[in-house]
Parts: sequence; structure tokens; C-alpha cells
Amino acid sequence: MALLTSSDLQAIGLTLQVAAFTTAILLLLGTPLAWWLARTRSWLKKPMGALVAMPIVLPPSVLGFYLLVFMGPNGTVGQWTQSLGLGLLPFTFAGLVVASSFYSLPFMVQPIQNAFANMGTRPLEVAASLRASPLDVFFSVVVPLCKPGFVTGAIMCFAHTVGEFGVVLMVGGNIPGVTRVVSVQIYDHVEAMEYSDAHRLAAVMLGFSFVVLLALHVYNGAQRKGAGA
Amino acid sequence: MKLRIKNLTPGAVALAFSAVTLADQAQVAVAANFAEPIKAVAAVLEKTTGHTLKVTLGSTGKLYAQIKNGAPFDVLLAANTATPAALESDGLSTPGSRFSYATGKLVLWSADANKVDAKGDVLKSGNFRKVAYANPKTAPYGAAAVQVMDRLGLTSTLTPKLVQGESIGQAFNFVHTGNAELGFVAMSQVLEGGKLKGGSMWLIPQALYSPIQQDAVLLQHGANNPAAQALMKLLQSPNIKDLIRSYGYDI
Repeated sequence: MALLTSSDLQAIGLTLQVAAFTTAILLLLGTPLAWWLARTRSWLKKPMGALVAMPIVLPPSVLGFYLLVFMGPNGTVGQWTQSLGLGLLPFTFAGLVVASSFYSLPFMVQPIQNAFANMGTRPLEVAASLRASPLDVFFSVVVPLCKPGFVTGAIMCFAHTVGEFGVVLMVGGNIPGVTRVVSVQIYDHVEAMEYSDAHRLAAVMLGFSFVVLLALHVYNGAQRKGAGA
Repeated sequence: MKLRIKNLTPGAVALAFSAVTLADQAQVAVAANFAEPIKAVAAVLEKTTGHTLKVTLGSTGKLYAQIKNGAPFDVLLAANTATPAALESDGLSTPGSRFSYATGKLVLWSADANKVDAKGDVLKSGNFRKVAYANPKTAPYGAAAVQVMDRLGLTSTLTPKLVQGESIGQAFNFVHTGNAELGFVAMSQVLEGGKLKGGSMWLIPQALYSPIQQDAVLLQHGANNPAAQALMKLLQSPNIKDLIRSYGYDI
């Protein structure tokens, strides 16, 4: 007997894809945002910081509900995506990625922002005095110095997206192969009282999250040791 | 204003006293299709007896799983007959308390007033992006929608367009927000005072799906709860039956 059903495997594959896309998008969008938050003296810093952190405290049902309203045909985002010829986002893979990007934003931005802040301005000043271009400074100085922040942000973002449930339940529409991610598949098994199916898939998730967090701790430990040596 | 106790008759004092001491509260698990009617029923119950209801909405299958795992509900208003029967054989309900409080009707509904025609031909036209229904594994209205699609021979053409809500409540939300142009929902969700609240609908002929007979059952947890007992009695009274009919149910 197979350990997991083919629909379970499909859900796992889909979940990994959503998490990978979300992580890539948030690396691109979250890095400049984190840079701005770490460097700015604008009065907007605190309101923006609060906005970025909101998905940590907001119930996913709030996020899911508003996404359905705003991405729907009567919502501002929905009218915009339709006018661009993209159609509507709810019930699509792209819609899940957009929803996940909101949901996982703080998990990417905050570690990177902390790394930027801890680095201070000194390395930037030194590099500038050696006439390095801003782009060169970023890739030759900032990225290597802040690598632990990027790694932590990416891993937390990926893992958090994999573990997402409420938002995808509300905007996904539970379509196999398109929006039925692992958490929804497990919920479905439990609701239908298919407990042994639920157990097997839930155990996979349990193992996955332990391994990810363990790897993160080991990595961070090694970084600290390296920095101390 | 001073309260003049002298002017109160002994009867009025007794009534006020009894209303305070005898008003109980029942926890009721209600299938999502009955969300609107249960509000009206609760209002009548409170007005006539002082008893109040705390309502938990969900799909029948989900509520069943919760009750089996010890959820402290006093009454279940299911969207089928099988679940209350199963609870009886599980020994989780009061024997002989089961009765039918409504027979539900399935409709095809759109928030757009011009989308759904009187014969439901829009389903065959394919002139829509998504059609919503409730999870057929846990929601009887979802299972009925599957029967309708089967009997119309549309299952394979509609499958790529299906989106699934966890209960009929979520399916309704998908259509209400316009994200799905069409949806198989309960008639009770789209009627108010016996009239269509908005959008357009097709009342699906009963020949296309098995009757959605909905049974109520008094659970063991509520066996001695006066509010739960009063609700069971009220649901069988002629006035309440008329009220339930006004939401598009048969009784």
C-alpha cells in the first residue's frame, strides 16, 4: 500500500510550488522594503513597520475575506487585473501566490531588516570611500554580511507559506492540482473522517516543519560560532 | 423614576421572577443552509419563553465530527437524515427525539440579475468562469449539486469550473462576492420574506436530486436542558413551520 495517495502527492507538489514562488517574489520585493525600513528616518517608518507586521497578528480569515472582496470582480484589485487581461485571482494558482505573499511578508522582511540594521553604516561608508558603485556595494558588501538574515527570511517565508491554511481555504476554492494545498487536503481528510489518510499526511508535515526549524537553528548556531571566531 | 413595588401585582412579580430563573441557554449546531431561519426561530423562542440560543454554523459533516469528539452541543439541526440517525445509533442523542424540521431546496444562483435563466440553460452554455458548490463529502447540499450535474450529464464539462466551499455558507460567499458567477446554494440563502433578495436563480427541479430532508435531534448533552427541549417543541409548532416555509423550505 502506498504511504500517500496520488492526490496527497499532488497537494505536496502544489504546496512546494506555491511556497517557492512566494519566497522568490518576497526576496525581490521584501529586500528593498527591508532596506528602506532599516535606513529611513521618515515618519512613515513606524506605520510601515506596523503594516508589514500585521499578518502576524491578523486572523487568516480577515485576510482571506478582504482578498476575496478586493480581488473579486467588484473589488479594486479585481477590476485592475481584469483590465490587464489577467482575469480574476481567486481560485487560481497565481491568486494563492499573491495571498501567500501578503501572509508571509513579515517572515521575509523582518529578519532581513534586522540584518541590515545590525550591519550599521560603517561598511557602506568604507565601500563608498573606495568608490564602489551602490550596486557593487550591495552585492559585494551587504549581501555577504547580511547572508544569515536572507537565509533566515527565506526559510521562514517558505516554511510559513507551506503551513498556511486559513487564507488558502478562503480564496482557493479547494481545486485539486490548482489550489488544494497540503493543509487544505488534511482538513478535507479530517472533515470526511478519513483519519488514517489525515494521519499520514499530517505526520509528513510534522516531520517537515521539525527538519526545517532544526536546520535553521543549526545554521544560525554555525553562523554565530563563525562570527565569534 | 422610582420603582413602586406596591403597585406590582403578585402575579407580575412571579412572572418577572420566573423569567429570570427559568431562562436557559442552549448550544445549537446548525447546518449552514439554515443560518437565516435559525435567527428568526431564536428570536421567537426568546420572545415566547425567554430561552436563548447560541448557534454554531457549519457543514453537517463537520458538526457531526465535532459532536463525536465531545463538542458540548445540545441540539443538532442537520441538513440530512443520515447524520442524526448515526448520532442516535452512536448513543449520542436522546432516543426518539429525531424529527424532520424542513426539506431543503437547491437553487442555481448568481449575484448578477441577468445571469441565470428560468431553465438553468446557463449551465450548458458554459458562459461563466466558475461555479461554486459545497464540499459534497460533508455538506448534503454539495452532494445534491453533484447529483444535479450528473443527471444533466454536465459533470465532465463543469469539473474544470468547479470551486468548492467548506460549507454551503462559504459556497454562497464565493458567489455573493462575484468571484464565482454561479453557485449551487440553498434556496433559504437567497430568499427574504419569500422573495429573491437579489441576483437571479433557477429553482432546480426536485427530479434532479434526492430530497434534502433535514432532521433535528436532541443530543445527550442537551437532554435535560429546558431551552433545548423548548426549541425542539417550537420547531414543530405550526407558526414556526410557516416561518420556515417562507425561506423556501417544504415541511
